[in-house]
Amino acid sequence: MSHLETKNLTFTYGEGTPFKITALDNVNIDISKGEFVAIIGHTGSGKSTLVQHLNGLLKSSSGEVLLDGKNIHANKQTLFDARFRVGLCFQYPEYQLFEETVYKDIAFGPANMGLSKGEIDERVRNAAKYVGIPDEMLSKSPFDLSGGEKRRVAIAGVISMEPEILILDEPTSGLDPMGREQILELIKNYREQTGKTVIIVSHSMDDVARFATKVIVMNNSKVEMTGTVDEVFEKASRLREIGLSVPQITEIFIKLREKGYNVSEKIYTVEQGYLELKKLFEGSVTND
Amino acid sequence: MIKDITIGQYFPLNSVIHKLDPRTKLLFTVVYIVMVFVSNNFISLFFCLFTGIAIISLSKIPVKTVLKGLKPILMIITITSVLQIAYVKTGITLVEFWKIHITSGGVLTAVFMALRISLLIVMSTMLTYTTSPTSLTNGLDRVFAPFKKIGLDFHTVTMIMTIALRFIPTLIEEVDKIMSAQKSRGANFEQGSLMKRAKALIPLFIPLLFNSIRRAYELANAMTCRCYNGGKGKTTMNALKFTKRDYFGVLSVAVVIGAVITLNIFCGEYNAEFTFNLAV
Ligand SMILES: Nc1ncnc2c1ncn2[C@@H]1O[C@H](COP(=O)(O)OP(=O)(O)OP(=O)(O)O)[C@@H](O)[C@H]1O
Ligand SMILES: [Mg+2]
Repeated sequence: MSHLETKNLTFTYGEGTPFKITALDNVNIDISKGEFVAIIGHTGSGKSTLVQHLNGLLKSSSGEVLLDGKNIHANKQTLFDARFRVGLCFQYPEYQLFEETVYKDIAFGPANMGLSKGEIDERVRNAAKYVGIPDEMLSKSPFDLSGGEKRRVAIAGVISMEPEILILDEPTSGLDPMGREQILELIKNYREQTGKTVIIVSHSMDDVARFATKVIVMNNSKVEMTGTVDEVFEKASRLREIGLSVPQITEIFIKLREKGYNVSEKIYTVEQGYLELKKLFEGSVTND
Repeated sequence: MIKDITIGQYFPLNSVIHKLDPRTKLLFTVVYIVMVFVSNNFISLFFCLFTGIAIISLSKIPVKTVLKGLKPILMIITITSVLQIAYVKTGITLVEFWKIHITSGGVLTAVFMALRISLLIVMSTMLTYTTSPTSLTNGLDRVFAPFKKIGLDFHTVTMIMTIALRFIPTLIEEVDKIMSAQKSRGANFEQGSLMKRAKALIPLFIPLLFNSIRRAYELANAMTCRCYNGGKGKTTMNALKFTKRDYFGVLSVAVVIGAVITLNIFCGEYNAEFTFNLAV
């Protein structure tokens, strides 16, 4: 059964000005409970606009967003619920930290939910654990942290609301490889431990290939394709046409195959590649 | 609400007004503002109104967009009008019951003031609507250039102005973004008591302030890296040049001054009583 769904979502920025931009054009997506969804697309394809509709921050002129089959804009209460049930972490979330201490910043969301002190404390500590923030960092000022640490605090600020669906808009952008790896790892662990639905917007095909159970490809405000990692990366040439790529390792295997080696093209991670190459070499040894 | 702020916005189109030299437009705007203040009767003010309408239609900017600039000051206009109606008690009585006593003089004064304020705001926004920030500073730089001889360097001032103008839309965008982000964490900016709402702004202003300071440092570094050292020896890529259009513009400035003064002298007497009240 679909958990979160959009129906014919269309959205225009700056209606009635010369800067009018249609950012979403008849977008239909369908996400089930527990899925790990990746939304990919070139710059300006409407990814951020789409995710801001999912928790009701933006309201489109036509079309609707359904959470468990109910329109989130039905009334004030449903909208209020959607805000907390669908947790959205913005692109560059570190720029919205404001509290004196990391602890207080992470507690901002739960406090707005009207939870008791005890519950808030528990949630803050849980969220901090998920994102790997040590206890001594909780009393520091968020402005004194490094970029990667700030990012983790900001993500904890959303996780602490314990949303049923966690959405992260480009959680790894602007981080060094190690920072990226840490963020991805924590998201993966979070999903494995809680079994909750996670949606990430990403530019990195390599990351997508490693984690996603479902991929939504956006192109020029429209959904270009939806499917599993296999189904999407199979269409490598179409992806290139719309300014995207396939994972680097896939690229290598496509070339190898073109050169006449008997390998599969459906290789999306380094591990898969390793096994495939091993198979190839072992095969050639027995042939000799 | 935050999107209603239009001051400092540039509305790129390809009209006669857009193509005018920024100095012409600066001169016109200053003269226009003075003339609106000088106008002491309805006929002069209507003349200003028609000049304004002519310029807006020449600029091709949609009327709706132009009027949007009035939205933030609607409150001020309303309060001024109400005060005028309450205090000016000349002319014939229009309405009278209980404690309310409205006279024709009061209503006319209110309309006059409202029109005057609206014209001021609308025509100052027209300047930035039709002039890009760079062009505007170039113009200001040139207008104030002669002051350098007496030791006053306006370059810094104009640079600060352009940067400020340039960053208004950026700041608005940023306010929007931070608000959305905090709303995602359940922040509520619209409901609650005054105290509560003021408190709700903290999660907005602290990041905004922090980011602005950061941005200021970045900008300063970027400018230093490109060898910016103030106005010394700076030339511009697009040197400003007066064209036929501009001579026509200057001519119309003269016409406006002449017309308003003439109308003031000949029609001012016509409703002297009313005019007198305005002066008070
Ligand atoms: N606040 C806004 N006002 C006006 N136009 C906007 C606004 N935000 C986005 N847009 C425009 O809408 C389109 C879609 O933007 P969006 O931010 O959704 O893209 P994106 O896919 O998230 O891109 P990126 O990968 O760069 O983050 C773009 O053309 C953008 O210029
Ligand atoms: Mg984006």
